[in-house]
Amino acid sequence: MGKTIAEKILSSHAGEDVRAGNIVVCNLDFAFAQDGTAPLAIKAFDKMGQKRVFDTQKIAFFIDHNAPSPSSDVSSLHRLMRDFARKHRIRLYDVGEGICHQLVVEEGWVGAGDLVVGADSHTCTYGALNVFSTGVGSTDLAAAMASGKLWFGVPGTIKIFFKGKLLPGVYAKDLALYLTGKLGARGALYKSVELGGEVIKDLSIEARFTLSNMIMEVGAKAGVMLGDEKTEKWLAERSKRKIRFVEPDEDARYDKVLEFDVSRLVPQVARPHSVDNVVSVHEVEGTSIEEAFLGTCTNGRLEDLRIAGKILKDKKVHPEVRFMVAPASRRVYLDSMKEGILEIFIEAGAVLLPPGCGCCVGTHQGVPSRGENVISSANRNFKGRMGNPEAFIYLASPATVAASAIRGKITDPRRYL
Amino acid sequence: MKQKKKVLRGYAHKFGDDINTDYIISGRYKFKTLNSRELAKHLLEDIDPDFNKRKASGDLIVAGENFGCGSSREQAPLAIKYAGIVAVLAKSFARIFYRNAINIGLPIVQTNTEKIESGDELEIDLASGEVHVIKNNLCLKAEPFPSFILDIIEVGGLIEYFKKYGGWKIR
Repeated sequence: MGKTIAEKILSSHAGEDVRAGNIVVCNLDFAFAQDGTAPLAIKAFDKMGQKRVFDTQKIAFFIDHNAPSPSSDVSSLHRLMRDFARKHRIRLYDVGEGICHQLVVEEGWVGAGDLVVGADSHTCTYGALNVFSTGVGSTDLAAAMASGKLWFGVPGTIKIFFKGKLLPGVYAKDLALYLTGKLGARGALYKSVELGGEVIKDLSIEARFTLSNMIMEVGAKAGVMLGDEKTEKWLAERSKRKIRFVEPDEDARYDKVLEFDVSRLVPQVARPHSVDNVVSVHEVEGTSIEEAFLGTCTNGRLEDLRIAGKILKDKKVHPEVRFMVAPASRRVYLDSMKEGILEIFIEAGAVLLPPGCGCCVGTHQGVPSRGENVISSANRNFKGRMGNPEAFIYLASPATVAASAIRGKITDPRRYL
Repeated sequence: MKQKKKVLRGYAHKFGDDINTDYIISGRYKFKTLNSRELAKHLLEDIDPDFNKRKASGDLIVAGENFGCGSSREQAPLAIKYAGIVAVLAKSFARIFYRNAINIGLPIVQTNTEKIESGDELEIDLASGEVHVIKNNLCLKAEPFPSFILDIIEVGGLIEYFKKYGGWKIR
């Protein structure tokens, strides 16, 4: 019997032949934490009595969730991270460099077939590069930093094919929201998901990240894609490592195989307060919004900013809307500046935030007030997520966010194509 | 090393499905401090503002499917533990929460919680994996843990495990 991608990557990193259902200790290729999780990981590392990290070249820290710091308390935790990074000679990406998930792929930290853990749930993002990557908590990360290994339950796999061709105005985010609505918040609990089909092949690598990123929202452990010439190009441009894609065997055993024809898919929106509460845009069109947010590890990349910029060109953000834009990294910031996209945003009346998680996690930079509606390109709309449990968050593609910012109400972006 | 109590007795506070870690402890609090006792004061605040007043030390959280979904924040099981909640029972747990709870030594019990109601007194035998609902003498069987995970649970979490074994026991 053949193996899935998950079984192959976990087998090669365990040094033994493992199958779904086994529990194994595996060698890790890369491990990281961000400012919401690193401080506790440092504490756990010290409590474990560990003196040094397993490999200074395979660990990194990122200050992205509260960057720059909004309070003295947060500043102390940032300092704890900086001190640890200096002492153990590991790379720390400081305030303004960008979101961990963007920097990990941009800076070539991961390669095809790698096994990666990050103390952030959206670590699954790199699945788009044929990496088996998954989120863990702080104590797991401490153990990973100390030993270079972690235990894994080898997951069963769900294979998903997307058939057809996306209509204009419909993007990877709509696909991700559609899938989340179809499967539900626990539709792939503990599972690895192999994402494939002609629709995926047509997507850029940046768009593929959006889809792998959101696989977390159906409870999955990883959302892995096959490598192709686009993946190869992306990896070759960012890392010198030899590229060896991992493919599933033809006779691999799957828990489920699902196929979705998305030829007629229209823009999707997740309504408050859960990511799987998904409807077609026309069902919520006209809902007034007071805040719009473009950014995050889901949709803060150059391609996303381009799409929104095209819609906002020579237009104004509605006077009763606060429109926040946070590029995912310094590179995205610079590139979009050079392309004139940031100018479009600023002239339209947007507020430009520094590279980082922006207002997604509700600690700073745009907390909505009571009763307000927000449309956001993020991946979560839980009650209180953006810092106020009495606000309402709708999730959508960058195009839908931009179109809605112009009209002050949820808008089908195809009006602006 | 702390010896964990094997039989727990407490009152249930029932919650629904998909209780995410943002609900368990909001990002508004968790980024500011490493003090779990401070975080515990805000446990489940956004979906149940009175919970903190209602709950007592030794109580139990009982939920439906996918408890602890969402962000990887370990502050979620820590806030539960430091609020004095002695165990969480759910039909299923989100995978990161599951790992985090085991790693920090918060007992979790995967069992069919449908017949448990808020206020029910429960007795949980962690060793045998049996949950007794006192009022009607109902006995629920918990999903057993694989032996690898039991080793972590038995020493009280991953920090204790690393201290005891100096790393991973196998390989």
